[in-house]
Amino acid sequence: MADREAPDAPEVVPPSFEVQAGAWLEETLGPGTVLRVQPAVAKDGPREPSLEVLPARIADVLRFLRDDPRTRLGFLANLSAVDWPARSAIELVYHLSSYATGHELTVRAQVPRLEPSLPSVVGLFPVADWLEREQYDLLGVVFQGHPELRRLLMPDDWQGFPLRKDYVEGKFYRGMPTSRPSPMDLLLHYDREHRSPAAPPPPGAPPDEKGPGA
Amino acid sequence: MSEIVLARDDGEEMTLSMGPQHPSTHGVIRFILKTDGEIMREAEPDVGYLHRAIESIAEKCTYEGFMPYTDRVDYVCAMTANHAWAAAVEKLAGLEVPPRAHYLRIISDELNRISSHCIALGAMAMDLGAVTPFPYALREREYVNDLLEELCGARLTYNYHRIGGVGWDMTEAWRDKVLAFLDHFEPVIDEFDRLITFNEIFVKRLAKLAVIGADEAIAFGLVGPNLRAAGVSYDLRADRPYALYGKVLPAIGWSTPVGQGLMGEVGDAWDRFWLRVQEWRWSVRIVREALGQIQQTTRGEFWIKPKRLRPKGDAFSRIETARGQMDCYVVGDGTPQAYRARFRTGSFNAMGIIRSKSRGLMVADLVALIASLDVVAPEIDR
Repeated sequence: MADREAPDAPEVVPPSFEVQAGAWLEETLGPGTVLRVQPAVAKDGPREPSLEVLPARIADVLRFLRDDPRTRLGFLANLSAVDWPARSAIELVYHLSSYATGHELTVRAQVPRLEPSLPSVVGLFPVADWLEREQYDLLGVVFQGHPELRRLLMPDDWQGFPLRKDYVEGKFYRGMPTSRPSPMDLLLHYDREHRSPAAPPPPGAPPDEKGPGA
Repeated sequence: MSEIVLARDDGEEMTLSMGPQHPSTHGVIRFILKTDGEIMREAEPDVGYLHRAIESIAEKCTYEGFMPYTDRVDYVCAMTANHAWAAAVEKLAGLEVPPRAHYLRIISDELNRISSHCIALGAMAMDLGAVTPFPYALREREYVNDLLEELCGARLTYNYHRIGGVGWDMTEAWRDKVLAFLDHFEPVIDEFDRLITFNEIFVKRLAKLAVIGADEAIAFGLVGPNLRAAGVSYDLRADRPYALYGKVLPAIGWSTPVGQGLMGEVGDAWDRFWLRVQEWRWSVRIVREALGQIQQTTRGEFWIKPKRLRPKGDAFSRIETARGQMDCYVVGDGTPQAYRARFRTGSFNAMGIIRSKSRGLMVADLVALIASLDVVAPEIDR
């Protein structure tokens, strides 16, 4: 909380961009929108400067950050979802940057793992169309309001979300096995069947003219 | 092209499948075309045929062990994918990279950018029916492949960058060979310009085709050459310098090349072609300057091996690859493996714009649109 009040306090060091952006967001969208401000310098080393916001307000937050003349973060560079079973949450990480002002900001939102859903930002950033589809495909995050939220990389009838930590791949997909015996096992099996139990020739020895097992 | 009816339900609409094995889709991509004769109502990309679960593999092998897999993120320009992973993990673990390694990274990245653009430009000309430039471009690419093979032992999947440096130092003989190649390559660019870039038929074919303006490019997240061709002057190497680009670029009088609309409009397909030719010229200068500056560093100091790599937290790196900004986001949880790794690549974003840009194009021009965006299939699917 102290971080967010920093812009008003008579500080010698000017507050960093993420702290300022957090304060502007609270001002415009009401208190409680920004849950946590992570400055670039933490006690245990460098961190990604970021803001954690309420998932339900994510579209409003990104709209403000895109349109406000002080931020103008017009480029949604990346969207990643991270599964945290220990926290029973899935974290969405939005990386924003601006060609106009040169600022960069990471915005985070945590959604419950059992019901991971939050508003889509396709209306704000057309690039989010595929980014959101991919995160839905691999982690099962539902983006409300996405025009066609369906799988992007995996087949449409795939079961489960492969990047979830508790994902177990099915043994078969449409009758096709999803795994195969290890090539090393096959090789050992072949050796047992076709080669004599004699020790292999030492490395560098000339090839055996008579062939194996002779 | 005066009247294009985009929605007409009179049974005239044809649905065609282009790909997944199609020579001009640059890999395994499928497009579902809805056409009215030769005019396209929509081309919907269907991707995933080259999905190899690279982000999932990253969670299963060590940080160092994942490096060879990054080659496969983009096998046309593997060096920069190496760089993105190395930079992200170094940022996460707070590791230092010796200056010589930075220079070797710059040299290898830029050589790879030259060879990647050889494919992009040669293949684009070939897709449009001009077959001759393709072998010319591939001939130059072979020289680069030979040089990179001598540097790191591989011609395409280099596995050269390491967490904390690069795998091998260069020799003086190799340096001379690279300088000789650059002297040979610079006139070839002019030759290439005479051969194809300013060829009248080629220009007429591409000018004013599939124009992408600056606002549209930013909204759809185009990066790299596609973004700069739209008139946005933004290059990570200059605007957010990483490695030692901050020392190299001022020394050569860098100015970011942007689309000029010389033959039509800013952001047309020809601009994207022309811009990559300009990037060739700049890459040559960067390599030459880096080969000069590297002489001030200590021979043999090219890698500080990390001792115990168990970082915690998260880090985000951006690298300017041949296909634009590649973002690598990595989360560590204090184990030898990454908890989550994510690559957001230039081709992925470029594919997202094809559907909206394809409306009203001729079917033959779709090929030009795909090629001009320099889409490489493995980079989309990963």
